Amino acid sequence: MAGEKLETVAVVEQPDKPAEIQIGRDFWPFFRKESKPKGNPATAFNLLSGVVVAFSILAIVYRLFAGLGSPVTNLSQLSPLGLWIGFYIMCGVAFAAGGAVVPFIVNVLGVKKYRPFLRVAVLNNLLTSFFCLVVIVLSFGRWWNIPNVFIGNGFGANSVMFIVLWVFLLTIVTAALQFRPAFAEWIGNTTSRKRAATVALGATVFGITLSVLQQTGVGALLTMAKGKIHPLWYSEMLPVLFFVSSIYAGISLLIMVDAISEKVFSYQIDEEYRNSRFDVMMGFAKICGGVMFGFFALSLIVAQFEGDFAFVNSEMGYWWLLEIIGFVAIPGLMFAHGAQKKNMLTIQTAAVIAMVGILMNRYNSVFLAYNWDLPFAERYFPSALEWIVTLAVVFVQIWAFRWIVNRMPVMRKSPQWAEKFDRD
Amino acid sequence: MDRRTFLKIIGTGVAGATTGSLLMPVQSLAGESTKTKEFYGILVDTTRCIGCRRCEQACAEVNGLPVPDISEAANKQVFASPRRTTVTEYTVTNRYETEKGTIFVPQRCMHCNQPGCVASCPVKALEKKRAGHVIWHSNCIGCRLCMVSCPFDMPKFEYGRAVSNIQKCNLCWDRYKQGVLPACVEVCPTQALMAGTRRLVLEEGNRRIAANPGQYVDHIFGEYEVGGASHLYLSAVPFDQIGFRKDLGTIPYPEYSAGYLRAVPFIATLTPLFLLAVNAALKKGIEKSEPKTEEKHSGTGKH
Repeated sequence: MAGEKLETVAVVEQPDKPAEIQIGRDFWPFFRKESKPKGNPATAFNLLSGVVVAFSILAIVYRLFAGLGSPVTNLSQLSPLGLWIGFYIMCGVAFAAGGAVVPFIVNVLGVKKYRPFLRVAVLNNLLTSFFCLVVIVLSFGRWWNIPNVFIGNGFGANSVMFIVLWVFLLTIVTAALQFRPAFAEWIGNTTSRKRAATVALGATVFGITLSVLQQTGVGALLTMAKGKIHPLWYSEMLPVLFFVSSIYAGISLLIMVDAISEKVFSYQIDEEYRNSRFDVMMGFAKICGGVMFGFFALSLIVAQFEGDFAFVNSEMGYWWLLEIIGFVAIPGLMFAHGAQKKNMLTIQTAAVIAMVGILMNRYNSVFLAYNWDLPFAERYFPSALEWIVTLAVVFVQIWAFRWIVNRMPVMRKSPQWAEKFDRD
Repeated sequence: MDRRTFLKIIGTGVAGATTGSLLMPVQSLAGESTKTKEFYGILVDTTRCIGCRRCEQACAEVNGLPVPDISEAANKQVFASPRRTTVTEYTVTNRYETEKGTIFVPQRCMHCNQPGCVASCPVKALEKKRAGHVIWHSNCIGCRLCMVSCPFDMPKFEYGRAVSNIQKCNLCWDRYKQGVLPACVEVCPTQALMAGTRRLVLEEGNRRIAANPGQYVDHIFGEYEVGGASHLYLSAVPFDQIGFRKDLGTIPYPEYSAGYLRAVPFIATLTPLFLLAVNAALKKGIEKSEPKTEEKHSGTGKH
């Protein structure tokens, strides 16, 4: 499958000499020029996403004046977290974990073959963290007070949420530092590019640390919901379980991004990316397969340790078995099989199943297994507007991703002049 | 924290720094008789409660909430099914039919000794007062983690408003500062509610159990549950028959997230060290495998 379209692709032209745009002086004219849409904006995707986003903006404005209650959300006193936090904070953070795994492989371990995927992973992490903050503003009831967390109007350092919010902010800064080389190459600023290279390792190390804190922290948000989350999903080990599952979640997302980019951004993908692609995907599959087996074993050990197998023979128990076997063990096997047989399609299918498994796992923790013993009428199910707004945020993130990939060297090779700045 | 308290703190801080601690404490704390080392508590004797709902009425009046209709006809309807507290009802009385007949149970925030809500708050908007009251401040960001973390589901969020608050019983904190009993305790016609320091009401509860063999189950709900609470319940029947959870355990809820929080400093310091060490270890190997350029440089430097 790989490398069939090699010749047909037009390579994006790269300027030989840096344009030397300075941020203060001539950035805005440059930015205005670059802002123009590249290609025809009237595609089906743009039309669909545009409608969804426009509709959501109305919903959001309504939410700001009328509060979070019906009809905007179906949140209730017994289901305070809901879809927005469930999707972006729980799942989004897990899917952004590639932004720590790939820099770990490339910058810390120094494995060069994964380098073409570095910026994609970092960009995804940057955008996800940013849009997580956006969703936090949307879903927190007293959003205008959120700066209190950062300016010290009551430092609740004993709170997991405090750490999670700080890490979001720091992740945005760090990921921006990690992404600075691409930005500097875009504006063609050699000084900025040089400086970016000097902090590369530091930013990577700090970024990975933040990611570990974030993945475990998101799990720790739920540790005080003991007695509310079904025992099969609740565990005092939730931080560890969330951390381990985020590794394969993040990589599965990168496999999907690669599969989609191969079609959508084919004109961006350079020779180096194309040549290493197959190899890298096989490497990703091996990591995913290994981690998923680890996660499967860990889940069973935790369940055994906490005596949860007593609950397996029930409706919730079957649902748990489906998740743990159908969406962890089986895709894990598929990854292993795909890596062995070098079958890209198996790996991509496994990645999709693994991602659905992550969605299931996080949604179960936040609402399907949350207060599961309530009568059905009192159970939470997201409202139509919650789904639409969630979809809209995802669309805007895709727009941002596409806008940046189309302008900065994310998938394509860095310009010639920039290569000498990377020391490793 | 509003601006006034902020300025107050800054002011007292400056005063303290310049004139020592002579001027500072007495006046700024004059309004609060909080210099206690004991938690305040309420003993709820469910064998005495007659379900008149006057505590609900008094609570609503004191807190400026819609005052409920407590006529007999209204009560009949209200008691039809168990209720939960809401943003406008800090306390609710429920009726349970048990093996020992009808039992009424007033329910409200338990004011835990180590509250999960307080531990989960990123801006300390929920505060456990020295006197035991768990109260809410308006610097809240509305993240609703307190609702997730409360084993009794007591913090209630006003979803239907642009400026939404967390609402719950505050054990009549303002009245406590003035030395007045909580409204519900004051109004109770049968002394089903009794207020005092937690130690005293606990003693009284144990005394009642000992003095009336067979009338109570030998357990005070809230004495050990989730590490203890300021609301203590006496009951004639096992507590799961009158709407209490049996699976709460005696571990304070903040302990469940403490594992992660204790790990944070270690994750934050050891991860970078580990990563840098791995990087350095691997780098040396890379350099040794291509020694030519390195040697040339150091060589020219030395000779």
